Order: sequence, then structure tokens, then C-alpha cells
Amino acid sequence: MGGASEAVARVGEEPDVVTGEGLPAAHAPAGQASAGWKVLPIVEGLVLLIALVLPWVLQDYLTVFATRVVILALFALSFDLVWGYAGIMSFGQALFFGAAGYGVALLARDLNVTSILLILPAGTLIGLTASLLLGGFLLLGRYPSSVIFVSLGTLTGSYAADRLARGWYYLGGQNGIPSIPPLTLGSYEFEEGPVYYYMVLGILVVVYLLCRFLVRSQFGLALAGLRENEQRIAFFGYKAQHLKAIIFAVGGTIAGLAGSLYAFHEGFVWPNMLGVVFSTQVVLYVLFGGSGTLIGAVIGTVIIEGVSFWLSDNYRDIWPIILGVLLLLVIMFRPLGLVSLVLGERERVGSFGKAPNKAKESGHAAP
Amino acid sequence: MPLLEAQGISKVFGKLTALDGAALTVGENEFHGLIGPNGSGKSTLMKCVAGADVPTTGKVSFVNTDITAFTPTERARAGMSLKFQITSVLPTLTLYDNILLALQAQCSLFDLVLSRTRRKLHDQVMTMLTQFRLADRAHDAAAALSHGQQQWLEIAMALAGRPRLLLLDEPTGGMSLEERRVTGELLQPIKQHCSLVIVEHDLDFIRDICDRLTVLDQGKVLASGTVAEIQANKSVQEIYLRRA
Repeated sequence: MGGASEAVARVGEEPDVVTGEGLPAAHAPAGQASAGWKVLPIVEGLVLLIALVLPWVLQDYLTVFATRVVILALFALSFDLVWGYAGIMSFGQALFFGAAGYGVALLARDLNVTSILLILPAGTLIGLTASLLLGGFLLLGRYPSSVIFVSLGTLTGSYAADRLARGWYYLGGQNGIPSIPPLTLGSYEFEEGPVYYYMVLGILVVVYLLCRFLVRSQFGLALAGLRENEQRIAFFGYKAQHLKAIIFAVGGTIAGLAGSLYAFHEGFVWPNMLGVVFSTQVVLYVLFGGSGTLIGAVIGTVIIEGVSFWLSDNYRDIWPIILGVLLLLVIMFRPLGLVSLVLGERERVGSFGKAPNKAKESGHAAP
Repeated sequence: MPLLEAQGISKVFGKLTALDGAALTVGENEFHGLIGPNGSGKSTLMKCVAGADVPTTGKVSFVNTDITAFTPTERARAGMSLKFQITSVLPTLTLYDNILLALQAQCSLFDLVLSRTRRKLHDQVMTMLTQFRLADRAHDAAAALSHGQQQWLEIAMALAGRPRLLLLDEPTGGMSLEERRVTGELLQPIKQHCSLVIVEHDLDFIRDICDRLTVLDQGKVLASGTVAEIQANKSVQEIYLRRA
């Protein structure tokens, strides 16, 4: 080993520790960091307001389309939790969405179960079970799994489920399961339209608020640590793999809820719902809107779906190209997504400490 | 009974033998310096003790438990803490949240989800920040700190869980002379409840704060003893003179 004959280097010569020089003073001072704090609630309020009045201004067929978008936004929310907050690269989120869709479709077809009080719990349970199984396998090793292993594992899961559904006669093969009856509550039937719309919007709002509570909690702080430096937080004593498996299962549960709502809204399920295309679509929603913000997932879904709808109507042949270019532009110039236009980094990451004023007072001068 | 006892530690990377039967013994409330020329295996030994690397052969005992096969999480829960050589504070989080993140590591899932320890831990967070002279910047993002301050924040984070043994890999790397002096001051009070293993190039710094030293050369222990013993040791003087 030649190193022994070298000089005992003085500290300044170490290349990797000097990097801190470039970091300081690059950000706004603390006083300003808390000044622009109210943007996120305003954005959220605006989105909710628009969502609430939509059925009054839209024609009926557009309300049906809007319902589909709200369900997809719920699906996007599940992916944002898993990826945007915990940094788990799940390329197979559609597996849980589709599995729940197929599950509830079978309940309706074979057992005549259509009550919302049974269907929604069943869908969430299927999503939970599937994500616990896959997440347990992919994430719960003694040492952390590599990103490649997790992303390929989820991708493969989604692809395999798609193939399985295509080849399995009981699941309807390529055609899937058609003519699912409407969702019911007692003798009431949820038909497509404003009622279904407000029902899924209500569910989206409740799930959104629960997610918001979760990501702003101390658990959310642990997730932020997980996302930024998994190895570091393991050295604090966090059971990082457990945290990942838990949030993966929460994501799977929400995807399951979305999948069961989707199946009954569309009236049929088909293998694509489980597959890679759907899994990637949700990645795009979240990337486009802005990951790790929750509202970004909702906005991304609405804009991508809305623009594709409009483009496919007006530019029948070239609309996928236009959409692709648009997506590329956003990802190139706004890698943090559309919401980063109005949302600063400090607010996006959030602050988890309590009683900031009291904290300021007890401060001491730095040396 | 020593707090930490590492025996016969070898680590082989392909054809390179980084450690060849190295040993390290640290007692309660002892500040122990690990020194040696570049490439002598200091950082590798540190990593093997901390669990960032698995030794090829050898045994590490901590508080009378064989922890050789423990994961980093298990070691942390047993009372061992590590500050990495490369600063790894979480840059987008505030200083306050960095400390809180370290403090809440062993809270139950239930407490974390319901944020039940947030209030309780507030005073501890502020005490740590005050102790490390960072309290007035509690709500700045960690990325906005100077390099020296980031190192202090990281030491504070490593101490947050009240470990019995703290492993510091080059804590004064890239610091000014004044910052180094302050670092020494900041470390002194922890002696009451914690032992320290410190890898450092700055020999003056090591001499000032350590009780005992272990000198590594080419993966082997060249000498181990009190600071005075090591300073009088002929072969240690020789390897440090060779650099001139």
C-alpha cells in the first residue's frame, strides 16, 4: 500500500469535505423563508373551488369525463405518497389499482355485490393486501433494497399481472369484465353524472386531507429523511425498510380505493388497468404537476387528462406528439413540476417543528 | 470491561487489504483518537465498527454484546452513533427538523403518525441547537449553513439520541482554525455521558481532546496507549517523520 508513505494530509487537502464551501448563503435568510408561507392553502382552495362548481358549468358528458379525472387524481395521490414523499420508485402502481378493479368487478359479477358499503372496503383491502405482499417482498430485507431492484420489481409485478389477466379466461382475457352494474346504496343506484362526481370528489378530499395530515406529521419528517438519505436515517436508528413498506402499503390502499371506484364508474375492467402503460401514466401525472406536494399530483392529472381530451378532439392525428412535447418541456424546464411555479422550496418541503416564535427567542449568537 | 472492543478486524477489497488484524478498545467516558497516514485504514476500521462496512474477519463487541453482524439500525438502537466523513445533514430541511429527525428516531410508529412527541421533544431540540451555537438559525434550511456549521449540526444530530459511543470521522475537515478550536470546546462536555472515537488528520486537535490514541499503519495497529506514550513512541515518530 503506497498510502503509508504519503504525507499525513492536512484537512484542507481532502477533496470531498471542502464541497461545503459552495453551499452557504445560496438561500434566502430565515426571516424571508417564512414570509411567503400561504401559497399552498390558496392553491388547494382554488382547486377545490373549481372542482366544486364544475358540474354546474359542464355539459353532462363532460361531468362524466371530470369524474374519471377525479378518480385518476386519487390514483395519482397514491403514487405521490410512495414516490414523492418516500422516494420509492414504484413503476407498478397500476397493479394495485387494477387488482382492486378486477376484484370488485368479480364481486359484482359472481356474487351480485354492488353495495358501496362493501365494494369500497373490499377494494381498499385488495389494494392493501397486494401492496403488503409485493412491498414486503421488495422492501423488507435486512439491508435496504436497491432502487433498481424496487423499480424493476414493481414494473415486473405490473407487467405480469397484465399478462395474467389477458390469458385467464375467468378474468375475461383480453376483453376484461364488461357490464359491471352500478354501485348501490340501499335501493339507490349511483349512475354516471353529478352524484357520482360529488361522491368521488368527497372521497378525494377526505383522502387528500388524511395524506396531508400524514406527510406533515413527525412520520412525514421521517419520510423526508428517508427520501433524502436513507442510509443516514438508518444510522439514527430508524427502521427504514419498515417505514418504506408501510408507506408503500398506504399507497397501495389508496390505489385500491381508486381502482374500485374506477371499475364501477366505467362499467368494465380490462387488462390495461393493471399494466405498465397505466403505471407510467401516473408517473407522468405526478412529474408534470410536481412530486412531493400532493396538490401537484391532482393538478398534473387534471391538466394532462384535460389537455389530452382537448387535443384528441382538435388534432386527431398528431395529438400524442403535441402532448409528448409539452410533457418534455415541463420536465426539462420545471423539473419540480408545474406547482413549483408558485410554490417555493421551503414550502414544498415543509417545516415540522412546533412553536417557531418561542424557538427564535431562545436563540444564541453564533461564534 | 471496555465499552467497545474490536479484535482481529480484517477487511479485504479484491486484492487490496485495507485492514489486517486491527484492534480497537475504548473504555467508558474515554476520548480515543484513531490516527495514521493516508490509506492506513482508519476510516475502514471506523466503518467496520459503525456497521457501514462488514469486516472480512474479526469481531466487534459493544457493551458486552457481539454486534459484528448488527445492521446500522440495530447498532444505533444499542447506543452507537456515527458522524460520516462527508457531511450528510439533510439540506432541504431546517436545522430544527434535522435535529428533531435524529431525536425521534426511536419513537413508535403510532407516536410519529399522531405527532405525539413533537411538543415533548421541542426543549431537547432547542437545547441541542443552543449547545452547538446554532439556535438563532433554527429555522433556516441546513443548506444555508457554512461548512463548519454543517459539521456542528451533524455532530449535534449524532448526539441527539444520547449514544454511549460516538464515532466521528474527520469532524474538523475543511474547518478554519477558529472553528476547530470551537469544535474542541463543543465536544468536551459530552464526556460525562459518552465515549468518543475520532479519526482526524489534525494532530494538535487530537492531542488536545483525546485520552488515548491508536496509531494505524498499513492496516495494522502500530501502537496504542495514552497520548504521552504515543508521543514518546519511536516507530510512530518514524512514520510521521517519513512524510517530510
